[in-house]
Amino acid sequence: MTFLLNNFVELTVTGLVLGAVYGLVALGYTLVYGVLQLINFAHSEVWMFGSFAAVWVTVAIGAGPDSGIAVAIGVLLLALLAAMVVSGAVALLIERVAYRRLIRLDAPKLVTLISAIGASFALAEIMGLRDRLAESLGLRDELNSYVRSARDNTRFLNPLETHGVFNIGRYTVSNVDIIIIVSALVMMVALDQFIRRTHTGRGIRAVAQDSEAAALMGVNRNRIIRATFLVGGVMAGAAALLYLMRFGVTRWNAGFLLGVKAFTAAVLGGIGNVRGALLGGFVLGLAENYGSALVGSEWRDVVAVLLLVVILLFRPSGLLGESLGRARA
Amino acid sequence: MRFTVKTSVGLLAAALALTACGGTKGGENDTASGNGGSGSCDKVAIGYFGALTGPAANLGINIRNGVKLAVDKHNKDNADCKVDLKEYDSAGDPNQATGLATQAIGDDSVIGIVGPAFSGESETAGPIFAEGGLPTITASATNPTLADNGWDTFHRILGNDASQGPAAASYIQDVLKSKKVFVVDDASAYGKGLADIVNKTLGDTVAGTDTIQTGQTDFSATVTKIRDSGADAVFFGGYYAEAGLLVEQMRGAGVDAKFVVADGVKDPGFIEAAGDAAEGTIITCPCLPPEESQDFFKAFQAAFNSAPATYSAEAYDAANVFLQGIDKGNTDRESLLKWVNSYEGDGITKKIKFDDKGEVENISVWAYKVENGKIVADQEIKTN
Repeated sequence: MTFLLNNFVELTVTGLVLGAVYGLVALGYTLVYGVLQLINFAHSEVWMFGSFAAVWVTVAIGAGPDSGIAVAIGVLLLALLAAMVVSGAVALLIERVAYRRLIRLDAPKLVTLISAIGASFALAEIMGLRDRLAESLGLRDELNSYVRSARDNTRFLNPLETHGVFNIGRYTVSNVDIIIIVSALVMMVALDQFIRRTHTGRGIRAVAQDSEAAALMGVNRNRIIRATFLVGGVMAGAAALLYLMRFGVTRWNAGFLLGVKAFTAAVLGGIGNVRGALLGGFVLGLAENYGSALVGSEWRDVVAVLLLVVILLFRPSGLLGESLGRARA
Repeated sequence: MRFTVKTSVGLLAAALALTACGGTKGGENDTASGNGGSGSCDKVAIGYFGALTGPAANLGINIRNGVKLAVDKHNKDNADCKVDLKEYDSAGDPNQATGLATQAIGDDSVIGIVGPAFSGESETAGPIFAEGGLPTITASATNPTLADNGWDTFHRILGNDASQGPAAASYIQDVLKSKKVFVVDDASAYGKGLADIVNKTLGDTVAGTDTIQTGQTDFSATVTKIRDSGADAVFFGGYYAEAGLLVEQMRGAGVDAKFVVADGVKDPGFIEAAGDAAEGTIITCPCLPPEESQDFFKAFQAAFNSAPATYSAEAYDAANVFLQGIDKGNTDRESLLKWVNSYEGDGITKKIKFDDKGEVENISVWAYKVENGKIVADQEIKTN
């Protein structure tokens, strides 16, 4: 207990950083669930592909930590763009291949769920087998720096050097900590405004509330579904870059655990609720850190999931409720 | 719209086909090398048992190459007695190991096995080899309890974790002169077993312990604990993927305690994950630095166009124990098992002699160090 109190600030900041990443990935689950009442299990792979896109941009440019602040920011923005584009594209691909036909045929939810899990496996394995894919295309040597150690951790060469900015108590808050928490908040506000104020956002809310009625009112349901996947994917791409800035490596199966956590965060905040996703992420990240501090790191997931159970017992629809469709304009 | 459906399905199918191609190609190579020698020494073969594919394939391939080098050399020197090499690719999976072990037992030409490579698969395949009387020599499975099963066929050509743990502890105490040590494990049979031994040996100097999970990527709470304990050395029992992330996050948070790990981290994947943070890490391993035996080093380099890696030399020794026995006319399982049990001779890694439980008697544990992004030998660790 004294350990928790002595290191409260450090545990809080690192918990919030992790929570911000959870929250941004959770958006993808929440948006798709809000619109389709469907858990997009392949979303973790959307994130994973984004993380590799960011890594590959830095590999291609070859900028190291000592190449000046302007270059660093440029490379990071480029990596962000690449991650967002790739994640968005993968999300659209999943929607096209794994979902659209099933949704059109009004297939049972279970069938769609299995299709999602299949898509998740397929995407993860394609990434894990990328060295063999390159080999069979005869490009193994040319692409070596992109496909080597296909089953192991791949390192992100962060062009921005981590350094301390200011102290709170004994903990030095770093520039990366600040960037991650602030960007997560900014993106969340932007997304919230997008859903509330834009034409497409209104469409998303309409389809979430009652998709048939929305279709009768002239909302193009397929276009809205595509937009939802795209927005969720783009957010996952941003989360991928932030994650890499903090943790430095990605792997073909890194999405799985993160996906489970992000999904938990989405449920915690109220699945289908955009603001709830970020709140759920923060709460989950903090709970994991405080739990680790109190009873040991091997219990971190136990503490986090126990918290989820307790919250759902008292608020079955999550902290902020399931309200994408009912969000006030 | 129809068109795009077909295109995407086509693309997916193409991708799958390519993946399949990659797999088949590997398989063909394996078969080719397995049936390489045509004029066999009365149809005598030794087997390699372990991962050639799967997530831990690198370690298995290092071992297979050591065995292959020994067999090829033998066949070149003894044109009248060519020994086959059969490969049993378990992918490191204990569940696949049982079927493969049965398959090896069923093939009468196989009279000795180098492997199984990992501790988990050794546990499931061991009883089957013991039942079939097929002698095995593992060049890498270090779980101490494997020798306690009473399998007459079990032999281990390197030190187990019961010798590696105290060696790591003595390095931390005597070489690093550490006063406060923080011990982390990954809750796996290998990692936790090793960390427990280190923990016990270090006794009062342990300032704190923590357990992480394999697959975890965020170690901020553990790093906070390490910082809070004021430790000047951290021992981690586990594999290289988590080790790389842990040390990277320690350094990122400004913790500069010495990082000490064991053979599960002795892989370039550690440096890939940790980057610059890997510098100065101490890695213990009951394995000889390949540079110690120049002839082997050069022959291996010439044969595989890469330097011998972890446990290649041990595998080479293990295969040679079998091959020498075959040359002495022990061409069935029973007589080869007797040969191995009473074997005494000089290998390139150590003097080889197995005790009643199948453990090798001359154990050396080495400390390695990460320097300029490479794992290099530091010194042999002497324990009493």
